[in-house]
Amino acid sequence: MSTGIGARVQRKEDRRLLHGQAKFVGDLKFPKLWEAAYVRSPIAHGRIRSVQKPSAYSSQVFIADDLHDVLPIRAESSLPGYKPSDFHSLARDKVRYVGECIAICIAPTRAEAEDIAEQVILDIDPLPAVIDALKAREPQSELLHEDWGDNLFVETSFEGDIETAKRDATVVIEREYKTARQCMNPMEGKGTLSYWDERSNQLVVYTSTQVPHLIRTGISEFLQMDQGQVRVIAPDVGGGFGYKCVLQPEELTVSWVAKKTGRPIRWTEDRREHLVAGANTRQHHYKITAYADNNGKLLGLDADITVDVGAYSVWPFTACLEAAQAGGNLPGPYDIKGYRCNTYSVATNKPSFTPYRGVARPGVCFAMELTIDAIARAVGREPADVRKENLIAGSLMPYTTVTGKFYDSGDYPDSVVQAEKAVNLKGFRIRQAKARKEGRSLGIGFSTFTEQSAHGTKVFAAWGLPLVPGYEQAMVKLTPSGSVEVRSGNHSFGQGLETTIAQMASEWLTVDIKSINVVMGDTGMTPYSTGAYASRGMVMAGGAVSKAAEALSGRIKIHAAHLLQCEPTDIQLKNARAYNGHASVSFSSIAKAWYLRPDQLPDDVDTAGLEVTEGYKPDIDTGVFTYATHAAIVEVDKDTGKVDVQDYVVFEDCGKRVNPLILEGQTYGGAAQGIGTALFEEALYDANGQPLTSTLADYILPGPAELPHFRLSHKETLSPYTRHGIKGVGEGAAIAPGGAILNAINDALQPQKIEINELPATPHKILSALLAGAEAEREIT
Amino acid sequence: MKPVAFELCISADIASAAGILSQNDGDTKIIAGGQSLGPMLNLRLARPDRLVDVAQTPALRKITQTQAFVAFGAATRHAEIEDGKTPDPSCGMMPYVASGIAYRAIRNKGTLGGSLCHADPAADWVTAMTALNATLIITSVGKDTRKTPMVEFMQGAYRTTLEPGEILTSVLVPKYSDKTVWGYYKICRKVGEFADAIVAWVADPTKQYSRIVLGAGSGAPLVLNHLAKELAQTGNIPTLDIIKAELKLHSPDLDQVKNHLFAIALQRCVKGALANE
Repeated sequence: MSTGIGARVQRKEDRRLLHGQAKFVGDLKFPKLWEAAYVRSPIAHGRIRSVQKPSAYSSQVFIADDLHDVLPIRAESSLPGYKPSDFHSLARDKVRYVGECIAICIAPTRAEAEDIAEQVILDIDPLPAVIDALKAREPQSELLHEDWGDNLFVETSFEGDIETAKRDATVVIEREYKTARQCMNPMEGKGTLSYWDERSNQLVVYTSTQVPHLIRTGISEFLQMDQGQVRVIAPDVGGGFGYKCVLQPEELTVSWVAKKTGRPIRWTEDRREHLVAGANTRQHHYKITAYADNNGKLLGLDADITVDVGAYSVWPFTACLEAAQAGGNLPGPYDIKGYRCNTYSVATNKPSFTPYRGVARPGVCFAMELTIDAIARAVGREPADVRKENLIAGSLMPYTTVTGKFYDSGDYPDSVVQAEKAVNLKGFRIRQAKARKEGRSLGIGFSTFTEQSAHGTKVFAAWGLPLVPGYEQAMVKLTPSGSVEVRSGNHSFGQGLETTIAQMASEWLTVDIKSINVVMGDTGMTPYSTGAYASRGMVMAGGAVSKAAEALSGRIKIHAAHLLQCEPTDIQLKNARAYNGHASVSFSSIAKAWYLRPDQLPDDVDTAGLEVTEGYKPDIDTGVFTYATHAAIVEVDKDTGKVDVQDYVVFEDCGKRVNPLILEGQTYGGAAQGIGTALFEEALYDANGQPLTSTLADYILPGPAELPHFRLSHKETLSPYTRHGIKGVGEGAAIAPGGAILNAINDALQPQKIEINELPATPHKILSALLAGAEAEREIT
Repeated sequence: MKPVAFELCISADIASAAGILSQNDGDTKIIAGGQSLGPMLNLRLARPDRLVDVAQTPALRKITQTQAFVAFGAATRHAEIEDGKTPDPSCGMMPYVASGIAYRAIRNKGTLGGSLCHADPAADWVTAMTALNATLIITSVGKDTRKTPMVEFMQGAYRTTLEPGEILTSVLVPKYSDKTVWGYYKICRKVGEFADAIVAWVADPTKQYSRIVLGAGSGAPLVLNHLAKELAQTGNIPTLDIIKAELKLHSPDLDQVKNHLFAIALQRCVKGALANE
């Protein structure tokens, strides 16, 4: 059986992951290893007067003053008006969120390190906390970064023609939408371990990251070291979701202390640290005015988007990536001519905003999809029909959106048609009417989106980022045993890349993936890669492996042709053998000839060898777009406000599927996270900026019992611009559930005229709205 | 998130556990399943100098019965009750309640007595044991063993009548007749999470016993005698307005949403009980 592209093979990495044999940062053992604990800010905003080390442990505690040779993390951006922030890896002068690192304490065990941390005395003058991003925009607001003069990292505006839409519209919809702040909650939290290696004269950093090469660049930049003196190794990583795609201050301080003390030092994030200092994503506010005609045709969209960025700009993705993505992607899959949008990236006293699976699009998709349904209700039509008529039709492809996104292929309205069929929309409406007579509230909701993946150089450059991903490189090698080794600077952190890039090599080399060893995540062993994020792994790293494997197959054929006494063009590869007609030679014989018995090869042998490093870049630089429609059927318990997701359908087109099994797993996981966003997850703060959700008893994640049985179907419209027609897909399923489920809830509660426009739709919010509605009704009658 | 250093004493019997508890040097706490105390230790909210582990103490693991009662050793685990490994005086209510406590991993370790002493308002046993009119046996060094009814034991959120040095040794649950009607309903955001509202109803006509208990409020479980009596007499499910009016009398500070959730949980509890009859 082929294990190449399209094969539904089980994951290579699961043997060790499922048998407890994986090695995460927390599993590593080194002689003399000490553990680190941080003193973190107990208040959201304040001026540091002093930080006092306990005298008995002064050699085991390090504060900002000790780290004078460490530069603050500073992410520049070329966006006009952008204000960079200085994010000191240990707070200096001011603290700007609860959980900000102030001191690092080291000891033989974590418990002892925490004992020491408790004895560090902080004297901090509290300042008023800036918690609400809308209020933070007002001129009288307290300032986080005084020298800025306001709390705006950046403000952008897209001024399209909205006046025509305003003039022609017969329906005007105005809405405000809110999405909650979230924590990403990978199963393995962040962890980092550093030591100084005398022999290689290198700082070796084991860290739980999606982007080992970027972390190497970051550490060398901010610790002011030559990159040759830094080696970063990402071992097994238990989930990333974007949380592990930025340089974290702990990576710098642990490395600095390891270098300073000559001792291996490890910090392992615990869940409380994650829920407090890692509450760093998703929080948006939208003010939207939509202009439509009597049929619900969307003529124009006027939007103000406020992103609650938190205290500092993360490196390298900056504080403006989220808003840039939001403003650029709000029109999404819709054929909209009139568009105007302002975005505000606002500093608040919360942890620094980090891109999370879907980056901005779960917010914009939610806002857009609820607006489409609001329009449909206003014109009295079936939302699915209004959606189909507004989506970009297949006949319009390729299509450039009003914000300049280039969609190369696909049929967006058809994805709604397919989802409608899967949920049997007509049948559902009959069931819904019957249920309503019995007092039950069923609803259906759709949500359609595009997922920009494998963003290229131009896209990132347009966002003004300090580092821009361009091409991707990979190495593929035939070993002396005839097996294959693949090396990629990208990383596998649960998304199955270890298997799928082996499949890319298997496709060209006909070697079973069992005999393909994949090395990733080690900057000492792999070519530079900006890493695994933005759904770029399969398109970019996969593309590079495919290209290198293709080149290697050519080299194998040259040697095989000599051994079989024919021309390379006569050679066919099959089951790890090279064939010329019925005559064949195994890869191991070919490899043996090259490595060990070159006497079997001609004098003018091609000395390029059986090891190929190739770079790859898609034919276009603007990214490729997957699209999908999700549909949800829910029942709302009007007495408790609880929402039961009874059916959930995903119809997706991500181009060529490399491994359908892995794709399904990715979709289940993404949709589960999306349901968390839709119904459960919110990081809450009090007025002083104190986090109220610092344990998993308060921050509610969905569990298996809360998730529906997902039903998936796919079609494959190949991208004309990428190797094998692949489009990225890792983030997609997390994008749509907020829209689909809230539309379903609002559909269910239409008789009560209730609209929930806020994520998550908790039972408390729904019940409050129902009780308030009932009270209002009672007052009228 | 690691605890402050503490001394761990594993007690062989109640006397030695009580002996350690009665020492005056520093703060000593009993740990049984550790499913509530464990996280509190790790969060450093609890910082005892010494822990007495009673999870394996034989006398606390023993279950005995008389004609009128089953006496559960305080270290009886939720999972043992769930799995029917213990006698059931409650016509099925106790296994049902046990099966809904948090997650199986917690039920494997967590204990009946530990849960009652921890006295979390949202925990299941404090409500269920109030509804079943359990009696607690409490012992200490140098004092007589005392008995206290569950309704008097819990004083508020995380507050009980347990004095320093005292150990809850067993929980006496009266045996209910096969004529007993019971209901138990809880509203949670998520399977296994602490409840937003719990209502238990137990009625045994052979004892002229009917008790409705509301849990997951702000303090000790709330006993609604008036409604329970009416319900036993009429068998009619009370209307939302009647329940809400009754709740207003007992807990005037309840917000509208919580008040509604209790009323709904009560109706569903009773409906379920009558449907099972």
